[in-house]
Amino acid sequence: MKLVKNAKSIALALALGLSAVPAWAADQRLLNSSYDISRELFASYNEHFAAVWKEKTGKNVEVRQSHGGSSRQAQAIIEGLRADVVTFNQVTDVDILHERGRLLPEDWREQLPNASSPYYSTMAYLVRKGNPKGIQNWDDLARAEVSSVFPNPKTSGNGRYTYLAAYGYAQKAFAGDEAQIDEFVKTFLSRVAVFDTGGRGATTTFVERGIGDVLITFESEVNNIIAEYPDQGFEVVVPKVSFLAEFPVAVVERHAQRNGNLDLARAYLEELYSEEAQRLLAGFSYRVHNEVVQAEFAEQFPELELLTIEEIAGSWSNAMEVHFGNNGKLDQLQRR
Amino acid sequence: MALALQSLSLNPGKRVLPGFALSLGISLLFISLVLLLPVTGLLMQTAGMTWQEYWSVITDPRVVASYKVTVYAALIASLFNGVVGLLLAWVLVRYEFPGKRLVDALMDLPFALPTAVAGITLSALFATNGWYGSLLAEVGIKVAYTPLGIIVAMSFTSLPFVVRTVQPVLEDLAAEDEEAGITMGGSDLTVFRRVVFPSLWPGLLTGIALSFTRSLGEFGAVIFIAGNMPYISEITSLMIFIRLQEFDYAGASAIASVVLLASLILLFAINIWQAHYLHRIHGR
Repeated sequence: MKLVKNAKSIALALALGLSAVPAWAADQRLLNSSYDISRELFASYNEHFAAVWKEKTGKNVEVRQSHGGSSRQAQAIIEGLRADVVTFNQVTDVDILHERGRLLPEDWREQLPNASSPYYSTMAYLVRKGNPKGIQNWDDLARAEVSSVFPNPKTSGNGRYTYLAAYGYAQKAFAGDEAQIDEFVKTFLSRVAVFDTGGRGATTTFVERGIGDVLITFESEVNNIIAEYPDQGFEVVVPKVSFLAEFPVAVVERHAQRNGNLDLARAYLEELYSEEAQRLLAGFSYRVHNEVVQAEFAEQFPELELLTIEEIAGSWSNAMEVHFGNNGKLDQLQRR
Repeated sequence: MALALQSLSLNPGKRVLPGFALSLGISLLFISLVLLLPVTGLLMQTAGMTWQEYWSVITDPRVVASYKVTVYAALIASLFNGVVGLLLAWVLVRYEFPGKRLVDALMDLPFALPTAVAGITLSALFATNGWYGSLLAEVGIKVAYTPLGIIVAMSFTSLPFVVRTVQPVLEDLAAEDEEAGITMGGSDLTVFRRVVFPSLWPGLLTGIALSFTRSLGEFGAVIFIAGNMPYISEITSLMIFIRLQEFDYAGASAIASVVLLASLILLFAINIWQAHYLHRIHGR
C-alpha cells in the first residue's frame, strides 16, 4: 500500500517536472527502526500518531518503518542507516548505539518514563489443546516427559529472555543455592527439542511442524499465535514467575538532529505513553503502564511476579558477560 | 582441453581474442578484488588475536563438535550424491524419454532455489507431520531436527555439482568403447569397471569434492532442518553466525578461516590428484 503510494507520488512528481509538491504529500518524514514482529503494531500506531501530529501542528507526517532482528538493526544504524528513532526489544541493542557510535547519550533510559520502555511483556507458554502435559510453571518444563521449544539464547533476544526467566525462577526456588540453580537450568535446557535461530522460526517449528509440548515466547506473541490458528486450540499459560521483558525506545539524537527531526522524533515516542496509544498497545497484547488501560485489560493479563534483569543478573552488561558470553554460564550449562 | 591449450601455445599467432596482456590483467584484477581481497580481509580480522586466543577459539569443545558434525554430514551427503548424481547423469545422457529436457533443467533447481527456501521446504516435508516425515516416522526414522536432516539438506543443495561434472564426461564417452568391450567378451560389470569407470572417475571425484566443499559451508538450508542442538546437530556455520551475533568478529573469522583452509586444501588436493591421474592415463 505504502509502496503504491510512494510510487504514485514519485510518478506524480515526475509528471509535474519535480517542481510542484502534491498537496497530500508528507511535510515531514520520520524513520523508525524496529524489531521483527512489530509491523502490525507500528502500522497501526503510525496512523494514530499522524492524526495527533496533524491536529497539533497542522503538518502531515509520514513515518517509514524498517523491521528486522533488533541486533541487526542496531548494526545497520551504526553503519549509517539514518533512523530517527529506534523501538527495539532489547536494551543492549540500544546501548550499543551509544557504545559503538555515540549516536545517543549514555543516559538514554532516563529520557522517557518507565526507563524508556512504554510497554513491556513477559515470557509465557503456548501449550497444545487441553494442556495434556499439565504445564503450569518453570519446574514443569524440567520434567523428563516434557519437551520445549524456544529460540537459541545465543542468537535471539527472545531466547535470552526465556533463559533468564528460568534462571530467575530457579534463583527464587532454590534460595540462591548456585549448585541447585545450575542443575535445574541445565535440565531445563536439556529438554529443548529444537533451537531455532529466531522467534518466528521457533513458532513455525512448534505450530507447523508439531514439535514440542510447549513454546516459550513473549506473551504478546503467544496471544497472536492463538488468534492466528484458532482451529488448533492452543492455550496460553502464564507462569507464576517470569521475566520483565522491556521494549526500549529512544531518539537516535545524532541522526534526528541531522535530519531536522528532533522535536518530531521526541513527540513520536512521547505519544506512546498517551492513554489512547497505550490502549492500542494493549490491544496488541503488550502490557502497559497506564492505570486506566491496565484496569480495562485486567482480565487479559494475569498477575504474576516479574523479575527484572537487575534482580537476576545485576545489569544487562553483566548478564551478557556472565551468562551469554563465550564460555559463560550458558555455554557451561549446555556442555555435556 | 589440455590438447587445445597445447596447440594454442604452439601457434601463438592464432589467438581468437586479441590483447592477451589486457585480458590477463583484467582477470587478475577481478580475482584480486572479488576473491583475494575478501579472503585477506577475513584473515585481517583475526590479526588482532594472539595465537593462543586463536587456538582456544578454534578448539573450543563445542566448535570441535560442530566440525565433526559438519564433516561427517558433508562426507555422507557428498558420497550419496556421488552415487545418485552418477545415476542421474547416466540416465540423462544415455536414454531418451519424454520430459528429458525438463528433468535436465530441474537438475539445476537446487542452485536456483534460495537455500533458506530449500531448508524450510525440506523441514516441512521431513517433519514428523510432513509428507515424507510421517511415512519415515512409521518405521522409526526421524529426519528433521536430527543430524540426518543436515545430511538431507546438504545433499539436496549440492547434488547438481556431481550431475553437472559427470554429464559432459559421459557425453564425450563414445558408446563404441563399451561396445568394443562387450564384443571382446566382457560382462556388463567388467565393461563398466574397466572401460566406463576409469574415464568417469576424475569427473566424478571432482563432483564429489565440490559437493563436499559446498556442504561444509552450507548455512541457509541446514539451519532450518538441523534442530541446532549443541554438540549434536550444530554445524560450523552456525558457530560463526553465533560469534557474529555477539559482535565477536575476530572469533567468527577465526572459525571461518578453519573452514576456508579445509576447503582450499581439499580443492588443491583434488586438482593435483587429477593432474597426476590424467598424466598416468594419457601419458602427458
